[in-house]
Amino acid sequence: MTETRTPSKPATLSTGVSRRTLLKGSAAVAGAAVGSGAITGFPTIWAQNIKNVTLRQFGTGVSNLNAVADKVKEDLGFTLQMTALDSDAVTQRAVTQPKSYDIADIEYWICKKVFPAGVMQPMDVKKIKNFDKIVPIFITGKLTPDSAIAQGTAPHTVGFVEGKDSTKFAKSQTEWMTLIPTIYNADTLGIRPDLVGRPISSWKDLLDPAFKGKASLLNIPSIGIMDAAMVCEAMGEIKYGDKGNMTKEEIDKTLKIMTDAKKAGQFRAFWKTFDESVNLMSSGEVIIQSMWSPAVAAVRAKGIQCVYQPLKEGYRAWGGGLGIAKHLSGLELEAAYEYINWYLSGWVGAYLNRQGYYSAVLDTAKQHMSPEEWAFWMEGQPAKADILSPEGKVMEKAGAVRDGGSFQDRMGRVACWNAVMDEDRYMVRKWNEFIAA
Amino acid sequence: MTLTAETSRPSVTAAAGRARRGRLLPRVAPYLQAAPLTVTLLLFLLVPILTIVAVSFWDYDSVRIYPDFVLTNYSELLTSPVTWKTYLNTLKYAALTWAITLGIGFTVAYFLAFHVRSTTWQMVLFLVCTIPFWTSNIIRMISWIPFLGRNGLLNSGLISAGVIDEPLEFLLFSDFSVVLAFVHLYALFMVVPIFNSMMRIDRALIEAARDGGASAAQTLWNVILPLTKPGIAIGSIFVVTLVMGDFITVRLMSGGQSASIGLMIANEISLLQYPAAAANAVVLLAVVLIMVVAMLRVVDIRKEL
Repeated sequence: MTETRTPSKPATLSTGVSRRTLLKGSAAVAGAAVGSGAITGFPTIWAQNIKNVTLRQFGTGVSNLNAVADKVKEDLGFTLQMTALDSDAVTQRAVTQPKSYDIADIEYWICKKVFPAGVMQPMDVKKIKNFDKIVPIFITGKLTPDSAIAQGTAPHTVGFVEGKDSTKFAKSQTEWMTLIPTIYNADTLGIRPDLVGRPISSWKDLLDPAFKGKASLLNIPSIGIMDAAMVCEAMGEIKYGDKGNMTKEEIDKTLKIMTDAKKAGQFRAFWKTFDESVNLMSSGEVIIQSMWSPAVAAVRAKGIQCVYQPLKEGYRAWGGGLGIAKHLSGLELEAAYEYINWYLSGWVGAYLNRQGYYSAVLDTAKQHMSPEEWAFWMEGQPAKADILSPEGKVMEKAGAVRDGGSFQDRMGRVACWNAVMDEDRYMVRKWNEFIAA
Repeated sequence: MTLTAETSRPSVTAAAGRARRGRLLPRVAPYLQAAPLTVTLLLFLLVPILTIVAVSFWDYDSVRIYPDFVLTNYSELLTSPVTWKTYLNTLKYAALTWAITLGIGFTVAYFLAFHVRSTTWQMVLFLVCTIPFWTSNIIRMISWIPFLGRNGLLNSGLISAGVIDEPLEFLLFSDFSVVLAFVHLYALFMVVPIFNSMMRIDRALIEAARDGGASAAQTLWNVILPLTKPGIAIGSIFVVTLVMGDFITVRLMSGGQSASIGLMIANEISLLQYPAAAANAVVLLAVVLIMVVAMLRVVDIRKEL
C-alpha cells in the first residue's frame, strides 16, 4: 500500500494496534468468564471455540455502541471491538487498511466508494435468516410497492453485487449483498419553536431573511450539499436532474445561492460535529439549522424546546450497514454471520428504534419493544407512558408525539439519500470555496 | 597530547599506523559529536518534509493516492481565487495578532523589567503571566464561546447594565473573536522573549541616558527599544508562525465561517486529498520561511543571543 507513506498514517495505525492488543488481553479474560449457554436460537456448532474469536468492527459513531458489544459478549460469547471514527476517516481506513478491521459499519454512500476497491466480500443472503423481513427500501428501493424511488445513493443501488467475487453493483436484487442494513433515518431541519416565531414548513425557510444571522448548515460537504440542494429546489431556483448526482452547472448554481446567502450574513456558523450542533441550538445562537435526530433529543434533554420539523419537500435520508472484510474466512467468517444474524434478530433493532433511529428488520424489533414504545416511535401515536431512552432516562413525557409521525410518514417521504457524486472532487472544491467565501 | 607522545615511540610500522589513527580521531570527533543532532534532524525534519514535497506531486482520487509526477495540485492551488483569499485572510489574522500581542507583550515586559524593582516580585508576576497556560489551549479558546455569545455573559451583562439594547452579534463567530482568541493564546510568546531581552539591558545605559538629559520617552525609543529588538523578533517569529499554521482556533472562533491555510489543509486531509494538502503545506512552508527570513533581515537576533 503506497498510502502508508502519507504522514498521518503511522499514528492511526499504531493506536489501532495498541488498542487491539490491549483489548485482546481483556477479551481473553472476559471470554473465559462468560458461559457458552447464552447462545439462543443460532447454529451452535462453533459455540465452543467461537468464544475465542474477536471481531474488530469500525464505523461512524451512530451505531458503534458499547451496549451492543456487551450484549454480543453475553448472547454470542465472542468479543466485538468497536472503533468509532468520522465518516471521512472511515472511508479512508476501509480502503487503505483493509486488514485493520473485520466488520465495517459504513453508510451506503461510503459503500459506493469503498466496495469497488475490492476490500470487502459480499454476503450470501441464504445465510441471513431474516433477509426476507428486511425493509424493502434496502431491497427494491420502495417502501411500498407503489412508492417512488428517492434520488441520491439509494441503498438498493449499492446493496447487491453481481456475484461472490464481483465488485460491480447489481441493478437489482441478487444473492450477494454488500451491506446488511442496520440503522437509518430521515433527516430534516431542527428549529427552536420558541424563537422562530412562525410555522416552518419548507426547506427554503433556512434562507428566510427573517432568520438572518441565526441559521446554520452542516459543513460535511457530501451531506451539506444535499441540504443545500433541498433548499434551492424548494426555493424554485433550481430543478435538479438528480440531487444525488449533480452536474457541474448544478453544483455551481447551488453553491452560488448559498454563497450569496452567506455573504448577506444569513449563517451564524457552520457545524461539523454533533456537539457543535447541540450547543449552537441550545445557546440560541442558531434557531434553524440542519440537524441530526439525536442532537434534537440532546437539546430537549436540556429542557430547551426543539423540534425536528417535517417539511413539505420531504426528508434527506441516510442509512448504514454492516459489511464483511475480504480477508475474513473460516471461523471468523462464521462468527461474522452469526453476529449479523443476531443484529437483525431484534434486540439491537429495539435499541436503535428507542434512540429514534430505525432498524432494518421491524418485526423482530417489535418483539423487543413494549406496545407503548412501538406506538410512539413507529406509529406516531401520542405516548401512553413516559418514553425512556435505552439508558433509562426519560426522553419524552406521556402525551408527546414524535416529530414527523409514524415510520411510514417519515421514511415514506424521503426525497433523497446521502450520496457520493460523480463530480465529487469538483463538488468538494466548490464547497470549500463556499465555506471560505 | 598523550596521543602525540605515543606516536614518538620506536617501532616504525606500528608508529606509522598509530599516527594515522591518531590523526584520524581528532578529525572524526567533531562529526561524531554532530552526528546525533544530524541524524535527529534528518529523520524527524528533513525526511518528513521531503516526503511531503514528494507527495505533493502525486495524483489522487476520492479514496486513493497514486505515485506520479503531476503539477495539477499546485496549479489548482495557485490558480484558485480561494487560495489567494484564504492567504490574505490568514495574513490579516497574523498581522492583527502580531500588532496587538506586540503592544501587550512590550507593555507587560516593560512593566515587569523596569517598574517592578525586586527580583522576587518580578518572578512572581512573571509566573502569574503563565497561569493561563496551565490549561489546554482548546479549553482557553472554548471558554470564550459562552462568554461572547448572543445570550452570553458579556451581552447579558451589557444589556442589564443598560449599555446596549440589542445583543452585539459581532462578538462571537467573527474576525473579532478569532483575533481575540489568538491574542489570548499567544500574548505570552511575545512577553517572554521581550522580557528576557529587557532584563539583559545594562541599567547603566539607562542612567547614562537620563544623565544625558533624555526624557523617559526618548530613553524608551532610543535606548530600550533598539536593545529589545532581538526579543521582539523572536516573539514575532513565534506569533506569526503559530497564527499562520493554526486551524482549530479559526474554525471554533469563526463558527466555521472563515478560512485559514491550516484549515484548508485540514479539510483536504479529512477528504483524503493528501497530495493537495501536501502541495498546500509546501506553499505555506515557503511563505512562512520567507516571512521569517524577512524578520531576521530586519533584526540580527544572533547579535544578542
